[in-house]
Amino acid sequence: MGDEVLLRMTGISKAFPGVQALDDVHLDVEAGTVHALMGENGAGKSTLMKVLAGIYRADSGSIELNGREVNIPDSATALGLGIAMIHQELSPVPAMTVAENIFLGREPVNRFRLVDKRQMVANARAVFDRWQIDLDPRRVMKTLSVAQMQMVEIAKAISTDARLVIMDEPTSAITEREVEHLHRMIRSLRETGVSVIYITHKMDEVFKIADKVTVFRDGRHVATLPAAELDRQKLITLMVGRELTHLFPKEDVEIGEVVMSVRGLTRHGVISDITFDLRRGEILGLAGLMGAGRTEVLEAIFGVTKVDAGEIVMKGKAVHISSPADAIEAGMGLLTEDRKLTGIMGVLSVRDNMTIANLNRFSPGGILRKRQMEVACQGQREALAIKTPSLAQLVRNLSGGNQQKVLVSRWLLTLPDVLMIDEPTRGIDVGAKSEIHRLMSGLAKEGKAILMVSSEMPEILGMSDRVLVMAGGRITAEFSRAEVTQERVLEAATLVAPAA
Amino acid sequence: MTAAAPKTGGLLTRDTLTAFVRKYLIVLIFLAMCVLLAIFSPNHSFVQGQNLINVVRQISVIGLLALGVMLCIIAMGIDLSLGSVLGLSAVVTASLVQQAGWKEALYPGFAAPFFVAVLAGLAVGIILGAVNGSLIAFFRIPPFIATLGMMTIARGLAYIYSNGRPVSTLIPDFLFLGGGDILGIPVPIVIFGTVIVLTHLMLNFTRFGRHVYAIGGNETAARVSGVNIGRTKILIYTFSGLMAGLGGVVITARVQSATPALGMGYELDAIASAVIGGTSFAGGIGTVWGTVVGALIIGVMNNGLDLLNVSPFYQQVVKGVIIIVAIIIDERKNR
Repeated sequence: MGDEVLLRMTGISKAFPGVQALDDVHLDVEAGTVHALMGENGAGKSTLMKVLAGIYRADSGSIELNGREVNIPDSATALGLGIAMIHQELSPVPAMTVAENIFLGREPVNRFRLVDKRQMVANARAVFDRWQIDLDPRRVMKTLSVAQMQMVEIAKAISTDARLVIMDEPTSAITEREVEHLHRMIRSLRETGVSVIYITHKMDEVFKIADKVTVFRDGRHVATLPAAELDRQKLITLMVGRELTHLFPKEDVEIGEVVMSVRGLTRHGVISDITFDLRRGEILGLAGLMGAGRTEVLEAIFGVTKVDAGEIVMKGKAVHISSPADAIEAGMGLLTEDRKLTGIMGVLSVRDNMTIANLNRFSPGGILRKRQMEVACQGQREALAIKTPSLAQLVRNLSGGNQQKVLVSRWLLTLPDVLMIDEPTRGIDVGAKSEIHRLMSGLAKEGKAILMVSSEMPEILGMSDRVLVMAGGRITAEFSRAEVTQERVLEAATLVAPAA
Repeated sequence: MTAAAPKTGGLLTRDTLTAFVRKYLIVLIFLAMCVLLAIFSPNHSFVQGQNLINVVRQISVIGLLALGVMLCIIAMGIDLSLGSVLGLSAVVTASLVQQAGWKEALYPGFAAPFFVAVLAGLAVGIILGAVNGSLIAFFRIPPFIATLGMMTIARGLAYIYSNGRPVSTLIPDFLFLGGGDILGIPVPIVIFGTVIVLTHLMLNFTRFGRHVYAIGGNETAARVSGVNIGRTKILIYTFSGLMAGLGGVVITARVQSATPALGMGYELDAIASAVIGGTSFAGGIGTVWGTVVGALIIGVMNNGLDLLNVSPFYQQVVKGVIIIVAIIIDERKNR
């Protein structure tokens, strides 16, 4: 087995606003093999798989299954063709039983066209027995652990008689022992002739179970090689081998005194013993793969989530932060990662969006000083060159880049010493990107300290005076601007850290 | 100006006209209703004598409730207990100002000064509203459920308190609040007008007001921006309860007695007023003037359909249609 090509994707391209996610990509998967897809965040792995599973439509390119060209407009078609995808974010129906989840949308019925529950449970049990999954099909989904839910998802995929199972980072949320079980299942799937496409960031897993490895970078296919011909170093080189362009102009400015110190910040099971100093004029980059705990660090510092241990010192004074209001009071600002979900208030005006975090400044006694607010907002609008017909414009009518600038204004108007920015340029077009970068550089020059989380390597390397790398909820490395390279960051980010 | 270049030139371009109509659509509809009724009502009775004043006086109670529920809706909540809280406030208020000589009074031989009764009525609203808010903020009960529970609790309390009987024969000092004039304007309208102005100021010129809109606009973003979500929600429902309490006082003084069934279903007219006035269930959107116009539309509609001799059965259907059409217009505007 392993010679016959099951899947052939050729010339696949897919663009999203502002980014070419896939650029003329090809991928061959042989029947009965485990094929690992690797690459940094945003390399295009998940996008390609979503095209294959009928979730996205490619702009161009063709897909062949067993030598026949197929068209996959939706996920039902993909399932019909024997392609099942297990997503990184599981999406079970929590209130239904395991069996009901497995047979969702294809429930067995009796002669009255009513759902035959007994048959359904029996069918589920047969699948579980065959794959040695120890689980009662009658249990309610929400009572299961993450690993068990994943097993259910896999059972669901197998029970559709899939020929090709796609797993998107299946081990990001499960324990070592559960990983072993998962790998055993994958091997027995392979023996029955099923192909598995396995997206992962963990290198040792690749060498354990993959037959072949394909590496993507920036939406392009880099290489496909047998796993046996690769080692860790080679893989890293393939993943990062990019020309660094000087798109990101952090100016050199004098680094001042320490303004914020974080000591031993811990939230059980999420982040562990986070310790660092942040200085005036400095941009400190926080790098790592998805799920490494970077956003969680910002949220813990800012009082969005509770911490179990740790201390924060602002300008030499220990501060107790139990809510975002405390953090703002202490001189911090936080631009969140997801602009739509946790940033903008779409149906409110630019003015309202700019002032919501800093109303205290403009309202002694609770009464708003409208004229002062107007002057401050106009000042921000000019200083940041925010393109909007007026301050009364609804913020949802602005472009992504301008929305981001409005959010920067929101925090600048709180007069912060420390600005934490999570993914400063996600989903923003190239022109606006460099504007945001220039803006950040300017803020550092004014003596603000910036803590930046970014999943874009060039942004991390270009903007940071110093880089902290996280993996598994811990800081695994620290590099100065002079020391930092893509290889070093990726090496530290893929270290298998002990669970936090 | 030519059709090919509609964006250039004077004040009355197609774009500015569309924008104007969009913004003031609800006012235009209201004016159109008034004009049509003035022309078509028998003997032009819509604009005769005291009719218009009566319309406004009639909507003043619903209008108060509408302002209360508007805050809840802006913050993506709802208050279904308004009518019941109004009922409880009414019987409590009335019981304290029954004439001392009245043998069947709840407290025979007792009559408090009218302002004590008023404060008691307001307190009923404030307390029950604060309970609503606390249930929503601390126990994370969906506003629909919390206030649905309060709706039957308050109604039950009103029956218990009054033994299920009307509370009547009230002192004249108190009745002034319902039937008196200040500078020729009926007192209920004066009260309503004052509350309109204060609510507008509160929403637009205080920190609290901006927090209300922010919670409706994006609660998570508001939280990250340092807004105290729990406290703000408690204040919102307390304000809503206060409006119901005040409504109970005003309506008792106007109809000169209180029954425990008073205000049944008023919350629905109040919600309808807010929604017709452009308050959005998606949160973050709603204005005081819009809600007031919404209440006026409901009042004029009721009054006009009466004058036109439309059967009350049909009136209900018409009212329902108007509410749904208002929502459809709102949805399209927000797309």
